[in-house]
Amino acid sequence: MNIFVLLKRTFDTEEKIAINNGRIEDDGAEYIINPYDEYAVEEAINIRDEHGGEVTVVTIGDEDAEKQLRTALAMGADQAVLINTEDDLEEGDQFTTVKILEAFFDDREADIILAGNVAIDEASGQVGPRLAERLNMSCVTTITSITIDGDTANIERDVEGDVEKVETSLPLLVTCQQGLNEPRYPSLPGIMKAKKKPLEELEIDDLDLEEDDVEPKTKTIEIFLPPEKQAGKVLEGEMDDQVKELVSLLKTEAKVL
Amino acid sequence: MSKKVLVIGEAREGSLRNVTFEAIAAANIVSDGGEVVGVLCGSGDLEPLGQEMVYYGAEKVVTISNEELKTYTSDGYSQAIQEVIDEESPEGIIMGHTAIGKDLTPKLASRLESGLISDATEVVAEGGNIVFTRPIFSGKAFEKKQITDGLVFATIRPNNIPALERDDSLSGQVVAKDVTISNIRTIIKDVIRKSSDGVDLSEAKVIVAGGRGVKSAEGFEPLTELADVLGGTVGASRGACDAGYCDYSLQIGQTGKVVTPDLYIACGISGAIQHLAGMSNSKIIVAVNKDPEANIFNVADYGIVGDLFDVVPKLIEEIKAMKVNA
Repeated sequence: MNIFVLLKRTFDTEEKIAINNGRIEDDGAEYIINPYDEYAVEEAINIRDEHGGEVTVVTIGDEDAEKQLRTALAMGADQAVLINTEDDLEEGDQFTTVKILEAFFDDREADIILAGNVAIDEASGQVGPRLAERLNMSCVTTITSITIDGDTANIERDVEGDVEKVETSLPLLVTCQQGLNEPRYPSLPGIMKAKKKPLEELEIDDLDLEEDDVEPKTKTIEIFLPPEKQAGKVLEGEMDDQVKELVSLLKTEAKVL
Repeated sequence: MSKKVLVIGEAREGSLRNVTFEAIAAANIVSDGGEVVGVLCGSGDLEPLGQEMVYYGAEKVVTISNEELKTYTSDGYSQAIQEVIDEESPEGIIMGHTAIGKDLTPKLASRLESGLISDATEVVAEGGNIVFTRPIFSGKAFEKKQITDGLVFATIRPNNIPALERDDSLSGQVVAKDVTISNIRTIIKDVIRKSSDGVDLSEAKVIVAGGRGVKSAEGFEPLTELADVLGGTVGASRGACDAGYCDYSLQIGQTGKVVTPDLYIACGISGAIQHLAGMSNSKIIVAVNKDPEANIFNVADYGIVGDLFDVVPKLIEEIKAMKVNA
């Protein structure tokens, strides 16, 4: 089976966000594989181990993203592709990303593409379903379980807390939700092997795309931090009185009851 | 410049979701005096729901009733709505950022080769441009965004953009449209309802959330009771989910849901940065925790230092008493 994973490098969830010159300060930030994409990598490896084939992880970014690709290879993916846009693109949005991926997948004959259901940075959640539409593939979002039998996939997906059981067929694009699996940590031999696994680097030229083709449809005009939440009032006294005071404050001061 | 704006409505268990009315209000801003047209897919008689959208400000509503649209599928709904888009040629589209909205709108945007701004919490018209505000890094920061080319397409986060006042003196057309649906590639075999009352976390006005301090699945019982008394729903921190006290679908945080209820009551939650990202934009936050040093107190409007198993039952009684007196 020809299995692909779409992967994004994101800030570690521990990172605090600061703004410098109208941009998110990324100096010294720690990066990780977007946690939802990590579920996708794990599931891809499991599918390959059961059904055979190869897992290719794909990312768009600059050469720093090699580290996250190597991590995915160390987890067990077979090969990686970095589509390096550093020299060609100043700005991009989900339209841009999907244009590039559409060109990339043009001749790849993917049986299944796995992606995170959302990235924890920009959080648009658009790339998976947008790409499926361009590739005319069946698409199931926010999956928590998948079983493949021949060309048929049986899937459970999370729909606002409910579980929907879906049957569909390959080729297929799925986006992964928490609860799908428990991503493994790369083992030491895994890390050693990953260094020698193939990592292909492409630019948008190699995909026969011009900058104009991938011009974004949206732009960010300002980034700002929310007003810092001030620590409020910690109540004191007998517990019964504290509870009475709290209810009274919620009713009269906060007006939420 | 006035625009024709399409609002994709959404019904659940036979009634419209509140976010549909909020989407009409957002569309009203985007349209700048132009026409707001609703579209609603489903099965059975959709006329009353279409009429309801009119009362909330849609000038015309197209209803598409078809057995194939009884349950949502991305193929079915996108075909039906694409036909309305072709017919109406809107210059804007607004929908709620719900499970269906998240699944459907990227697909439509991709077909239309348009931009899409997801999960907006504010929409304003600024000097002829429509500017959307949306959270990034799960609410650790925000960005203002606009569409630079083509269709003004956005999804809005529930609970953030106020709906217009319902006015049943408003009149508008509700038009039934027939659509032939073919080639649905996903078959829904079954839906297992887990959300007790149909209140989704992202739409809830009140959330009572538990963390590791809840100690067990049974420990969530008083929290559920408090949520019931307040007409809200229960959420959880990653700690509680990882420990197996509750389902991952309840998780609030940087992974999990980002919520903005009017009232958030955090019980036995320490307040890791990832959790705060998911809830610190709630309007009022109450923290109950045994540890006076817990980080959650730094974002709470009101805090009680104490054992949640002592505080929560007292709180339930007090609120019940208040309701009786009222």
